[in-house]
Amino acid sequence: MAQNIRLMQGNEAIAEGALLAGCNFMAGYPITPSSEVIEILSSRLVRIGGVCIQMEDEIAALGAVLGASLAGAKALTASSGPGISLKQEHIGYASMCEIPCVIINVMRGGPSTGLPTLPAQSDIMQARWGTHGDHAIIAITPSSVNESFYETIRAFNLALKYRTPVMILTDEIIGHMREKVVIPEKKDVEIIDTALPDIPPEEYKPYNFKSGKVTPLAPMGEGYRYHVTGLIHSETGFPSQKIDIIQDAQKWLYDKIYKNIKDIEKFEEFLTGDAEILVVAYGSTSRSARQAISMAREDGIKAGMFRPITIWPFPDEQVSRLAKRAKKILVPEMNMGQVILEVERNACGSYVRGLNVVNGEPITPDMIYASIKEISSL
Amino acid sequence: MLTKEDTRKELFTMGHTGCSGCAQSMSVKLILEELGEKTIAASATGCLEVFSTRYPESSWRIPWIHSLFENSAAVATGVEAALRASGKKEGITVIAQGGDGGTADIGLQALSGMFERNNDVLYICYDNGAYMNTGYQRSGLTPYDAYTSTSPAGKESFGNPRPKKYMPDIAMAHRIPYTAVASAGYPVDLKKKVRKAKSIKGAKYLQIDVPCVPGWKYEPRYSVKLAQLAVQTGLYPLFEAEYDKIISVKKISRKVPVEEYLKLQGRFKHLFKDEAGRAEIEKIQKIADENIGRYGLL
Repeated sequence: MAQNIRLMQGNEAIAEGALLAGCNFMAGYPITPSSEVIEILSSRLVRIGGVCIQMEDEIAALGAVLGASLAGAKALTASSGPGISLKQEHIGYASMCEIPCVIINVMRGGPSTGLPTLPAQSDIMQARWGTHGDHAIIAITPSSVNESFYETIRAFNLALKYRTPVMILTDEIIGHMREKVVIPEKKDVEIIDTALPDIPPEEYKPYNFKSGKVTPLAPMGEGYRYHVTGLIHSETGFPSQKIDIIQDAQKWLYDKIYKNIKDIEKFEEFLTGDAEILVVAYGSTSRSARQAISMAREDGIKAGMFRPITIWPFPDEQVSRLAKRAKKILVPEMNMGQVILEVERNACGSYVRGLNVVNGEPITPDMIYASIKEISSL
Repeated sequence: MLTKEDTRKELFTMGHTGCSGCAQSMSVKLILEELGEKTIAASATGCLEVFSTRYPESSWRIPWIHSLFENSAAVATGVEAALRASGKKEGITVIAQGGDGGTADIGLQALSGMFERNNDVLYICYDNGAYMNTGYQRSGLTPYDAYTSTSPAGKESFGNPRPKKYMPDIAMAHRIPYTAVASAGYPVDLKKKVRKAKSIKGAKYLQIDVPCVPGWKYEPRYSVKLAQLAVQTGLYPLFEAEYDKIISVKKISRKVPVEEYLKLQGRFKHLFKDEAGRAEIEKIQKIADENIGRYGLL
């Protein structure tokens, strides 16, 4: 059978991926460079009985998404740097109350209004640590339009499976460029749907962290009554100040993500087998890195790339494994050095250098090639 | 005769990149003529900020702050309070500005706080009925049935499903000393209201209807005409209020059916396709007629 191939924009691919994943609720607010996501879903969702609401501000957009998710919807919001900053309290609330949601962040330059129409990768740490308090989060950095499509589907799956906010971090380049997307049949894609708990309502504990298993969040109105609060709570959901419960509850938010890292992590290795210079690159920058590595290989320099697709939780094990062999690591990023901090933690004594471009322009293959050349001669 | 040199001396001067026919830029020029050079402005993110401040071509010859999207009223509060505390407020007008989205949606909380405290600030809302700067998404002030990129018209919808938020009523509900609605189509009336606002101490709200060529989808030559038609149909009543009392209204000189206003704009063209659209035009006529009755416009 002929493949269903379409040319589309990155933001469009996110909207299409969400629809295929069964997303039936979108609440958002206009912000460059992410607005196409809500524009497309505002005409598409209504036709399939879904809901798309343009809210009065960024905060309310994520608030509505969390309410919808508690009511059993598969819910999404889309924004960019300043909007994500405004959403941060709600991101913490989603973490604490373990409410599944997908948050699209089409990154632009910052801080503040920054560079609304130009790309950056400066929200990597915001995605991880933007909200206050200890928590874990899942974040994904697609590097192409096609990958934006498939990773949006995966984001919905992970959000439901681990009852957590999942952030997709693309940037202005991927969000606005057009590439081909191979659209699959729904039956050929793994899709996790909202489900009722497999135990009766009277036995249901919405936050059963002692079992070590993530319980499905029962949609409100299905007979499972439970308490939802941003206060530290026990397994019943009601607030608690008992020190052992507090410790367990806080630890659970970490453990449910980090103990399942093998299921959550996703990465690509490119010519890493014999690599002496390892380039760790993600998102749109990894496209230039791939080209630069091919250029370096032509010069006889043994370079390779490790590309995290799941950026949070960070693939510590993979980076340290590769760092042991490669003695030099280059981390090109469109920020002042964010992922490099994670790489340094795992560098096992290898030399690590950043290539940081923050002028609103993409990092070119030539720039990365020049850096590889330079460190190869060290 | 007005020369190029004269326009250089204007407080909102040449060199901005507003669209041909931009009614917002015309209004700003008139407003600053009244407010004078001893004015400090905080401006929310939006078209005005983008098109008037591209380095090295700032059009502002007054101290001017680009705040954020949601906070021009709060930043202006700080400016006003600090000037007052240091004894420098006398003779200085502090204004906060925003578009309709920055005013009625994301900025409403900060604005309500400013009204409640009765800070001596004039807040100006340039109402072009959508988020024009980010690509024409609907706002709380988008009119009924208007097509925007997030309220598309089609089989399931005639466009924006709700009427405009009655923003001046919200201002009046705070019992601030002065609320006024003006239009780019009536410059003398606009200037009079700015002059009055400047003379009053306390929080003031001024909302101005500013047609937008790309957002409303019309020929640039119709900007002033559309602003006037909005008033003459009853769709955009111009009035002044002190506290919760309306003290003056601009009467309609020649009542015009709303169709005359709607048909010039691409954002309403879906209403002219069939009978169902006609029925929607009747509903818009009803909104206008209710305004005429409510404000006594005839």
